[in-house]
Amino acid sequence: MYPAKFTYHAPWSVEEAITLMNENEDSKLIAGGHSLLPTMKMRLATPAHLIDMKNLRSLLSYIHDKGDHIAIGSLTTYHQIESSSLVKQAAAILAQTVSEVGDMQVRNMGTLGGSIAHADPAGDPPAAILASNATMVIQSSGGERTVAASDFFQGFFETAVGAGEILKEIRVPKFSGGSSYQKFKHPASGYAVAGVAVCLTKNGGNIGGVSVSVTGVSDGAYRANGVEAALTGQAFSEALAASAAAHAIDGIDALEDPFADAAYRGQLAKTLAKRAIIAAWNNA
Amino acid sequence: MKVSIKVNGQNYTRDIEERTLLVHFLREQAGLTGTHIGCETSLCGACTVLLNGNAVKSCTVLAASADGTEVTTVEGLAKGNELHPIQEGFWEKHGLQCGFCTPGFLMATVQLLERNPNPTEDEIRHGLEGNYCRCTGYHNIVKAVQFAAAKMRGEAIAAD
Ligand SMILES: Cc1cc2nc3c(=O)[nH]c(=O)nc-3n(C[C@H](O)[C@H](O)[C@H](O)COP(=O)(O)OP(=O)(O)OC[C@H]3O[C@@H](n4cnc5c(N)ncnc54)[C@H](O)[C@@H]3O)c2cc1C
Ligand code: FES
Ligand code: FES
Repeated sequence: MYPAKFTYHAPWSVEEAITLMNENEDSKLIAGGHSLLPTMKMRLATPAHLIDMKNLRSLLSYIHDKGDHIAIGSLTTYHQIESSSLVKQAAAILAQTVSEVGDMQVRNMGTLGGSIAHADPAGDPPAAILASNATMVIQSSGGERTVAASDFFQGFFETAVGAGEILKEIRVPKFSGGSSYQKFKHPASGYAVAGVAVCLTKNGGNIGGVSVSVTGVSDGAYRANGVEAALTGQAFSEALAASAAAHAIDGIDALEDPFADAAYRGQLAKTLAKRAIIAAWNNA
Repeated sequence: MKVSIKVNGQNYTRDIEERTLLVHFLREQAGLTGTHIGCETSLCGACTVLLNGNAVKSCTVLAASADGTEVTTVEGLAKGNELHPIQEGFWEKHGLQCGFCTPGFLMATVQLLERNPNPTEDEIRHGLEGNYCRCTGYHNIVKAVQFAAAKMRGEAIAAD
């Protein structure tokens, strides 16, 4: 299984990569290649120009402590993130979520930037990005801009990253409350049939702030506002977790495929939401 | 395009098509057919090799992206006639039947034990999730990895 022919480029700077994208209309960036190469081998993607970011790794592969947030270069691999003590301690939801992506080999190659720029509806990392209120730094020939997670994911494989733009950095606010990612894996591919990420703070016996995001269920990951509203400020109990979780797919047309119909997927999302809320409470 | 990859310590410089996958480079250009192609769809792990020390599925890496890197394949494990402890484990514990998946399991196990020299059974199964075996049912593969781990830690190994 060979990809279709393409012209190969391996630029040494972000600016050079952007120039190459602007000069070659039918071009694609390649990071870890673990979403792009499989689709190219199936000839679902046939870019005429492939712009390999391998020489940008020294620039865009890092995990920095920035005081109130952690700055993660877009080419940082899942393995680097899951084994970072800083991420485990100050952005536990991200560490846990990426450790559940694919398998060891996939986590050695796949990058955080590639995952969220790709925005696979069954991808795990978008859930953590939304629940942790991360900010994305995007560069084009016109300069740099930042986009909040809530504006970043725009539907089926669609994000705020436009033509001629590179996702450079992901800024994850530090968080010391409780968190949990609960996932139902597709038994063959390992992707999320449904996945729910929860971050919450405790205020005595009550829930303080809470964020809940869902992946796998809709055309893109989303914040489950109904669940959040039902939890905020309330006294915690397992019954509350269950009744709040029932709002996990409010306003959503759940996806259907041969493995899971819409009703089953929706039910998975609610069950996983309940488990994630309880688990996050227990480790807050 | 011209690509140079150091495989098991030896340099291979070849003129290849841009779209050549690393697994094809290894098998067809370097002539190292120990790395197998099972699924070609990134799932089975039979094509696992170490790329600059990281276990990767070589059917899902472009040879062009591996230009200038160091790759270790299953042919690079043994030292002459002396098997690597992981190979010995698979031999001793019958961690294979047809052997098709074995090169991939051996290379993934190298990485697993490097990161975790004393894994539990759960950790072994989790670490080898990216490798499929259609014959063994994994039971003996777990034992083989435990054997290798003990040997690499320098512990005495109980006979069966
Ligand atoms: C066997 C297997 C199992 C998997 N299981 C899971 C799973 O369980 N859960 C899960 O979430 N994912 C899974 N994945 C997908 C994996 O997470 C991918 O690695 C990830 O989705 C894409 O990251 P990448 O670095 O490989 O990106 P690439 O494949 O290189 O790129 C993906 C897309 O994003 C674009 N892109 C990449 N980087 C940037 C950037 N910095 N700026 C702008 N655009 C960019 C590319 O042009 C391309 O269109 C699996 C993949 C495989 C092969
Ligand atoms: S041949 Fe590469 S994963 Fe199956
Ligand atoms: S031994 Fe036959 S596939 Fe594993």
